[in-house]
Amino acid sequence: MRHRTIVRLGAALAAASLALTACGGGEEQGGAAGGASPGAAGTVKIGLMGDLTGENSGIVIPLRNAAQLAFEEYNATNPATKIEMVEYDSQGVPEQATALAQQAINTDKIVGLIGPAFSGESRQVGPILEEGMIPSVTASATNPGLAENGWKYWHRIVGNDNSQGSAVAEYMTRALGTKKAFVIHDNQEYSKGVADVVNQTLGGSGVTIETDVIDPQGSDYASTVNKVKAAAPDAIFYGGYYAQAGRLLKQLRDGGVEATFLSGDGSLDDGLAKGAGGTNADGAIVSCPCLIDPTGKAGPASKKLADAYKAKFNSETAIYSGEGYDAATAFIEAVKAGKTDTASINEYLKTIDIPGVTKQIKFAENGEPATSDVYVYLFEGPSYSLLGNTKEAEKPAA
Amino acid sequence: MLENFLNQFWPATVDGLSLGAIYALVALGYTMVYGVLRLINFAHSEVFMVGTVAALFTLTTLGVSGQLGGVALIGMLLFIAVVAIVASGVTAVGLEYIAYRPLRKRGGSRLAALISAIGASLFLQQLFALLVIPGLFNLPQEGGRLPVQAPGWVLRSDVISIGDFIVRNDKLLVVVAAVVMMVALDQFVERTKLGRGIRATAQSPENAVLMGVNIDRIITATFAIGGAMAGVAAALYLMRFEETNYFVGFLLGIKAFTAAVLGGIGNLRGALLGGLVLGLIEMYGSAIFGSEWQHVVAFVVLVLVLMFRPTGILGESLQQARA
Repeated sequence: MRHRTIVRLGAALAAASLALTACGGGEEQGGAAGGASPGAAGTVKIGLMGDLTGENSGIVIPLRNAAQLAFEEYNATNPATKIEMVEYDSQGVPEQATALAQQAINTDKIVGLIGPAFSGESRQVGPILEEGMIPSVTASATNPGLAENGWKYWHRIVGNDNSQGSAVAEYMTRALGTKKAFVIHDNQEYSKGVADVVNQTLGGSGVTIETDVIDPQGSDYASTVNKVKAAAPDAIFYGGYYAQAGRLLKQLRDGGVEATFLSGDGSLDDGLAKGAGGTNADGAIVSCPCLIDPTGKAGPASKKLADAYKAKFNSETAIYSGEGYDAATAFIEAVKAGKTDTASINEYLKTIDIPGVTKQIKFAENGEPATSDVYVYLFEGPSYSLLGNTKEAEKPAA
Repeated sequence: MLENFLNQFWPATVDGLSLGAIYALVALGYTMVYGVLRLINFAHSEVFMVGTVAALFTLTTLGVSGQLGGVALIGMLLFIAVVAIVASGVTAVGLEYIAYRPLRKRGGSRLAALISAIGASLFLQQLFALLVIPGLFNLPQEGGRLPVQAPGWVLRSDVISIGDFIVRNDKLLVVVAAVVMMVALDQFVERTKLGRGIRATAQSPENAVLMGVNIDRIITATFAIGGAMAGVAAALYLMRFEETNYFVGFLLGIKAFTAAVLGGIGNLRGALLGGLVLGLIEMYGSAIFGSEWQHVVAFVVLVLVLMFRPTGILGESLQQARA
């Protein structure tokens, strides 16, 4: 992680130069930028917070990469005000996230934040950002409750769990013909949220449902496997993240459970297939309010991002990279429009209405995206591919 | 609720025993060290973790790709168990030399040793997450906290299948191996000279010294044996779950420690009994109340047992064992 070290070093230098210049009353910015671009108004800092090294970092790295790509493309145009991305590795832990948020606001003086990546940390960090008046755009925190806090500086560029849960449940009944379902989650905020909506929507269409809860730190899910075997469902929905989803799926298949395995965006990572081992993940269906389109079939913007991403990181675009790019674009447009302080950036985000990679970048009053679609993906071999929109996708051939 | 319990009774029993057998093997490490030193070796969970990593590394290095069953499975299990025993044993002895012996020699309190144990535990976890796991398995540094999977090397098949009572080969192997190791260790402590030394040190270190027992050697042996048992547990764990991570010992260590207390800490047979009982309670509790209640049920039962039998189910400790 050479890059992060440099950014951290940059942040430290910036802080040091701030401290030094404060005495002389000189210019406040420019230390970190290395003093390039003469006559520039300087550099603004946009933070990016999420699990960058932890167990579920696979979900956050692609969006970090895409955001970095967006900022680099922007800086390469030699704009009046450059943007520096500062990374905050919360490891998805709310306690770490709150401490980092304080640091971001007080020490690093960020003017906007992409993230936090997960809903649990977002709930804790939200009030701090609100108090610090820092506009944020999360590309991946999908808990519906986040929009109900009345936060004025909070936005997201991805559909929430309610939209995802009901869409995948409708797909289960419409395309898969599910009559008997087993819903499992790991009792974390995101997981329970999406599982509850799936539960309600399935129940509303007359599907028989049984439920169980697993311990995300546990390794033996035998009791859950036994319950699933006893219930003999046609389909299993798991709300949670890929590390546990893979472990659970492996133990279900080892235990002889053949039912279709479905999960939400937290499980949309090759790690699911790896964790499940062998061919256990083949046929697993995972939903996501995000659009992952490495072949660029959704449109030219999607194709352009996929190519640039591949050229820079030597890997395909993955989960939330499109949304991460769009979140960065929202801030870039604000800075382009000459908004370089937190209040004016936040005002600008209220009015932004431009086409992004995944959707129109436009926010509703409460910070939710103006439009959202949910897609399903099919695992086959070590990876997954787009099946289609939940409204149109059919049951995959066995 | 009760209906759930009844229709999951046999699967829960089988899974409970196989879960409990691993608890029991790890519990031996806690109980032996406690018996001799009156010290809870909290870093023992990492001794187990080191074993799983060593066993997993052996599997990937050998390039085991096909799924093994029958004799081949047992042979490979024995092989990775030997590697894990060495790795865990060396780690346990290393802990004794680095984290505990210097404190003891300088007359440090038991509390100091306990803090040292917790420190050693965190140190090993982070060392593995940051350096060892990424290094051994060629992962980028941030991959050290992710679970590492073994190639699918176990061919699972049902050995016994009578109606609801289905026993899979790997689950059976775990229980059999644990019981065999347990009996072997019990006999070792009962019958050999080193075993007598261990019992003597547990009863009274001062008198043991007067009778010519080399206490330092006994303590080293105790850590080595406890570590070896954790190594066996690690190999069995890797057969059952085919993955590990830097944090794998944490929850399992707490449960094994609980099993040791439940059975009667300091008591070898108590560790086996405590492990199996704890495994069964967890699985029955999950069947009745739902899996989220697994830990709650386990600890409620622990508290109840300790209220009525403060020294655990068997109570009698290593020091009181008949000579």
